[in-house]
Amino acid sequence: MMLSLGRMVAALSMVGLVMFCGQAWAVTADRPADAPPMSPVELALTQLTSEDESVRDAAIRTLVEQGDVSLLPQLEAIRANADRSIRQAIKPLMDSLKNRANLKSPSTDVRRSAATDLGSAGRAWAIPWLEAAAANEPNKWVRYTMEESAALLKLASDDQTIKAAAAEKLGELYSQNGVPAMKKLVAVGESAEATEPQKIVAKAAADSIHRIETWGAWSNAIETFFRAMSLSSVLLIMSLGLAIVFGLMGVINMAHGELMMVGAYATFVTQEIFKAYLPPSMFESYFLTAMPVAFLTAAAFGLALEATVIRFLYGRPLETMLATWGVSLVLMQAARVYFGDLTAVIAPTWLSGGAQVMVGVYLPFNRIFIIGLSIICVLAIYLLLFRSSLGLRVRAVMQNRNMSSCLGIPTRKVDAYTFAFGSGLAGVAGWALTLVGNVDPGLGQNYIVDAFMVVVTGGVGKLAGTIVASLGIGGLNKLIEPSFGAVYGKVFILVLVILFLQWRPSGLFAMKGRNADS
Amino acid sequence: MTASKESESLAPGGGGLAFWVVGFILLVAMPLLNVLPPEDSWLHLSDFSLNRFGKFLAFAILALGLDLIWGYTGILSLGQGVFFGLGAYCMGMHMMLTIGKESVYGSDLPDFMVWNQVKELPFFWKPFYSFPAAVIGAMLVPMLFALVFGFFAFRSRIKGVYFAIITQALALAAWLVFNRNDTNLGGTNGLTDFKQLIGYRLSDPGTQRVLYIVTVLCLGGAYLLCRWIIRSRAGRVLVAVRDSEQRVTFSGYTPANYKLFVFVVAAALAGLAGMLYAPQVGIITPAQIGVLPSLEMVIWVAVGGRASLAGAVLGAVSVNYGRSILTNYFPELWPFILGGLFVVVVLLFPDGLIGIMRKMKERMRTGKAAAASEGKR
Repeated sequence: MMLSLGRMVAALSMVGLVMFCGQAWAVTADRPADAPPMSPVELALTQLTSEDESVRDAAIRTLVEQGDVSLLPQLEAIRANADRSIRQAIKPLMDSLKNRANLKSPSTDVRRSAATDLGSAGRAWAIPWLEAAAANEPNKWVRYTMEESAALLKLASDDQTIKAAAAEKLGELYSQNGVPAMKKLVAVGESAEATEPQKIVAKAAADSIHRIETWGAWSNAIETFFRAMSLSSVLLIMSLGLAIVFGLMGVINMAHGELMMVGAYATFVTQEIFKAYLPPSMFESYFLTAMPVAFLTAAAFGLALEATVIRFLYGRPLETMLATWGVSLVLMQAARVYFGDLTAVIAPTWLSGGAQVMVGVYLPFNRIFIIGLSIICVLAIYLLLFRSSLGLRVRAVMQNRNMSSCLGIPTRKVDAYTFAFGSGLAGVAGWALTLVGNVDPGLGQNYIVDAFMVVVTGGVGKLAGTIVASLGIGGLNKLIEPSFGAVYGKVFILVLVILFLQWRPSGLFAMKGRNADS
Repeated sequence: MTASKESESLAPGGGGLAFWVVGFILLVAMPLLNVLPPEDSWLHLSDFSLNRFGKFLAFAILALGLDLIWGYTGILSLGQGVFFGLGAYCMGMHMMLTIGKESVYGSDLPDFMVWNQVKELPFFWKPFYSFPAAVIGAMLVPMLFALVFGFFAFRSRIKGVYFAIITQALALAAWLVFNRNDTNLGGTNGLTDFKQLIGYRLSDPGTQRVLYIVTVLCLGGAYLLCRWIIRSRAGRVLVAVRDSEQRVTFSGYTPANYKLFVFVVAAALAGLAGMLYAPQVGIITPAQIGVLPSLEMVIWVAVGGRASLAGAVLGAVSVNYGRSILTNYFPELWPFILGGLFVVVVLLFPDGLIGIMRKMKERMRTGKAAAASEGKR
């Protein structure tokens, strides 16, 4: 009923606009006498198209105070036929109404972005809405945004005491968004003709800016640290398999990156199978299913690689490098020909988004996941190497191959299984990397030289070497990136690694004993 | 390493006759076939083919150096592309500067600097106005670079897989740096659009013919130099380092010095190859100096035959010839073939083409001997 009436009014007002062009009053005068009297909202709607700016502003004010989101279709209709200046006047009104309704949305993201929009729109009328919403808001970070927006709006107030309070509030909130506006206030306060209240505001703003900037430096440091940890974890997961194989057989597997690629494509294929053959409700679980798939696929590739190429080249590490590089070229091109260049894995919803741990520090879930995964991998490898009978054999062969063989350890089998395990780890690394990048044939190449550097720096024979080296290289990479840039950062790290090897020629934890130099 | 291999590598086979025959074909016969027969004759060698062959021979110079360090000394360097690139860029910078007002923007500065709004020539470009400086620089810069890098690497006894990985990281780093615009080396597009070299137009077939002959002469010189090194006492130490570095140390030698020497020589040859490459191909970009090109250089030597100088030359020419044919007709197939070559050569033909030829020769000889002994009966 309300709606149809509204539509009628809108239609009438359009007629008025077209026919009388600016004499909107005439339309209301033409209404039949027996019609019910108009509500203030209806009246305001008709007045929106008025040529007189003060009438229009009054109408907007009425609509803001008394209207709600149900007016949007009518406003849209008015807007569609109005001229430019009226369209411009109505737009913020509509946005405000929409955002006001969204403040009560069940979705936290919608509530939060509505609060952000209201804050940046700069309409003082939103202040009570935001404050009311903030009072009832259950989510900490949405409440934070609402308070921040309200304070931002108050900062533009004419009342100097409100301004000063708002500046102080923004400082308490560590709001980066408030800094540009407050800097202007500081400039106003410092100018020659500044009044006393303005100076007080400037003082409050300056204090807040200082507070925010100190906080910003801290939160920046934390985020950099987190990024460094995240890169280190990626490197660690990649290097673990490489390092185990290198420690055991003295072989650097140059196709390790491509085994990662195999793991990533296994993830992609699993996703496609889930999409095609299983009900959509099960789609989310594809990602966890893909983990063993990636591990086993890469391990199978590794087993095949060991059986056909690597076992013929024992004791000739340089030749092994070249042959495995050849394998990597073939695998890469095969992936390019078969899959093409554009394949992406959609991260499951529980891994998209992130957690806000404090103001200005936002940690994406996928990165947290990778850090967690690297810890799990290290634990699993530790248990396998030091708490299982297979691990005992692996370590025995690492220390003295001939003696182990004499004692009845099937060294050939140990080699094959270890290589397959290392390859499987590469597959898991590839699985994890689908979260942070595209799946493409060059996936393995992006990080692989860094992973080699980790192995060289870490030395062989000890897990700790790999862990420390990936933390060191990953951490340094991210720490010096802001000041050197990514490229010179890499060069710098190469120089550091060479200098480090001056001091420790075979890495952090070198093999000791008579086999060390063989 | 087996004893038989050692004796093989110590006595560079082929002898004098083959050297002079190949030399004659490359130096005299091929240019004559390019000039003398009419264009439609089947004997005619086109300008394009001669130029392309010149490029392969430039690569062969690099392969000689790589063979010296990898085949004879057992040090796998995956960063030869860097030294090649340094040489090529030195020559390229000289040729960029001689373009002068002929450039697209008509400025004294190279085009890409105008494009990047660089107003003044960077200081490290200035020496390359002079041709002799460019020639000397093309070899000296890689040598100095190798000297510093090698000094630190060999001093701390980085070897084997470690050295290979460090040099690979070097190739990656160099590639990244050369790709940058702010290093003023042309960025991703590299240096190109060369017009002339000491006054001769590069577009003139005659200039290219002379460049080809110069390349052949340089290749011959490099070959003789390498042969001389290998036959000297130092060469024997190099092979000994490859086969048992510890014994060399215990015999009172310092392997690091010999390694550094051969690394620097290999870098100089790579620089020379780059210097000859740039004017013949007309472009040098970072794509020629990265991780993959550096590895491809290793496969040239592997295919031809390690620890054989003739093998290095043969490998460089044949792999590149195959590449230029195959990438033309089956571009998608080439990575498979290259990858397959790595695997097959390493697994099945560790002595490469030269090894196969030697084996065939031996079989023929033993066959003849058997036939002769049968005849006697």
